[in-house]
Amino acid sequence: MAFLKSSNKNESNSKNVAKERLKLVLIHDRAHVSSRFLDMIKGDIIRVISDYVEIDEEGLDIKFTRTRRESDDTPVPALIANIPIIKMKDRMMD
Amino acid sequence: MGEVIVITSGKGGVGKTTATANIGAGLAKLGKKVVVVDADIGLRNLDVVLGLENRIVYDIVDIVNKVCRLKQGLIKDKRYEGLFLLPAAQTKDKTAVSPKQMQQLCNDLKEHFDYVIVDSPAGIEQGFQNAIAGANRAIVITTPEISAVRDADRIIGLLEAKGLHDPLLIINRIRQEMVKRGDMMNIEDMIDILAIDLLGVIPDDEAIVISTNKGEPVVSDEVALSGQAFRNITKRILGEEVPLMDLDVDETILTKLRKLIFGK
Repeated sequence: MAFLKSSNKNESNSKNVAKERLKLVLIHDRAHVSSRFLDMIKGDIIRVISDYVEIDEEGLDIKFTRTRRESDDTPVPALIANIPIIKMKDRMMD
Repeated sequence: MGEVIVITSGKGGVGKTTATANIGAGLAKLGKKVVVVDADIGLRNLDVVLGLENRIVYDIVDIVNKVCRLKQGLIKDKRYEGLFLLPAAQTKDKTAVSPKQMQQLCNDLKEHFDYVIVDSPAGIEQGFQNAIAGANRAIVITTPEISAVRDADRIIGLLEAKGLHDPLLIINRIRQEMVKRGDMMNIEDMIDILAIDLLGVIPDDEAIVISTNKGEPVVSDEVALSGQAFRNITKRILGEEVPLMDLDVDETILTKLRKLIFGK
C-alpha cells in the first residue's frame, strides 16, 4: 500500500490531468478560437514562409496553448507553430 | 424592494434545482420572505424537489399571460413561513415567456418579497436568457468535473456580457476522499480556473438524495453535512461571514466508525 500512496503524490494524478486539459480547452473557449481560425493562420503562415523556404505542409502543426511567461512565471496563452523545413529556396542564395 | 438572484450552471444535473430549493427554504428559515421561481418551462422540477407538486393550480405562463393574478399563481409552503413557489409550466416550451415578460415578472415579485430566487434551465438558449433577464445577482453552480467547470466558465462569460458582474460560485458534490487522493479537483483548483468568488461548497451527500426523495429540503436536516453547507450558504447570502466548513469531519467519523466496527 505504501507504494500506492507515494505514486499518488506525483504529477500524474488524474486531477492534475483534468486541470491541465481544462486550462487548455478554456483558452480556446475564451478566445473563441475555432479550428477554421487556426486553418486561416496556418494558410497564411504557409504562404509567407513558402516564399523563402520549402516546408513540409503535411507536417505543419499549429496550436493554441498555454505557456509560462519568463519574467514572472505566470501562465499566458501562446500560439505555437511547428514548421518542418525541407530545404531553403534558391532565392535565399542570391 | 427585494433582490432577484438567478441560479445557473450551463451544464444540466449539477444541482441548480436542489440549490434553489435549499437556498429558498434556508432564507425563509432565517425569517426572509422568499419566492422560488422555476424558469425551466417544459421540464418543471422545483415543485417535486420542494414536495409541492400536488398543490399546483396555475404556473408561470398563466401569470405572464394574465390568466390569473400574481398572488393566485404562488404556492405557499406550509412548512416554511414566508416561502412561496412559482412553478414552471409543464406543457409549454421556453418560448412561452419572453425575456421582457420575465423581467417584468421579477420586478413585480421584488415588490412583495425580500428574495426572488430563479432556477435557470440548463443550456445557454432562450430558457437561460429568460432566467437571467430580471436578475440582480447570479450564482453559478458547478461540480468538480471537467465538463461542468468548462460550462460554468462559459456561463460566467455570458453573464458578464449581459451585465451580471461578479457572480458567486457554489461547488457541489465534492468528495473529500477523492480530493485527498488527488483524483478530484479541489476548491482552490476550481477558483483558480474560474476566477470568481466562492459562496460555498457542498459535499457529495446521500442525505440530499434522501431528502429529495421525500420532498423535504436538506437545509432543515440538522445532522447532514450538506444541510450545514446550505445553512452556511444562506447566511453568506445575507452578508454574514461564515468560514468554510471542514469537509473532513464526515470522513473522520466514518473512519472512526470503520475502525470501531472492523478494527482497522
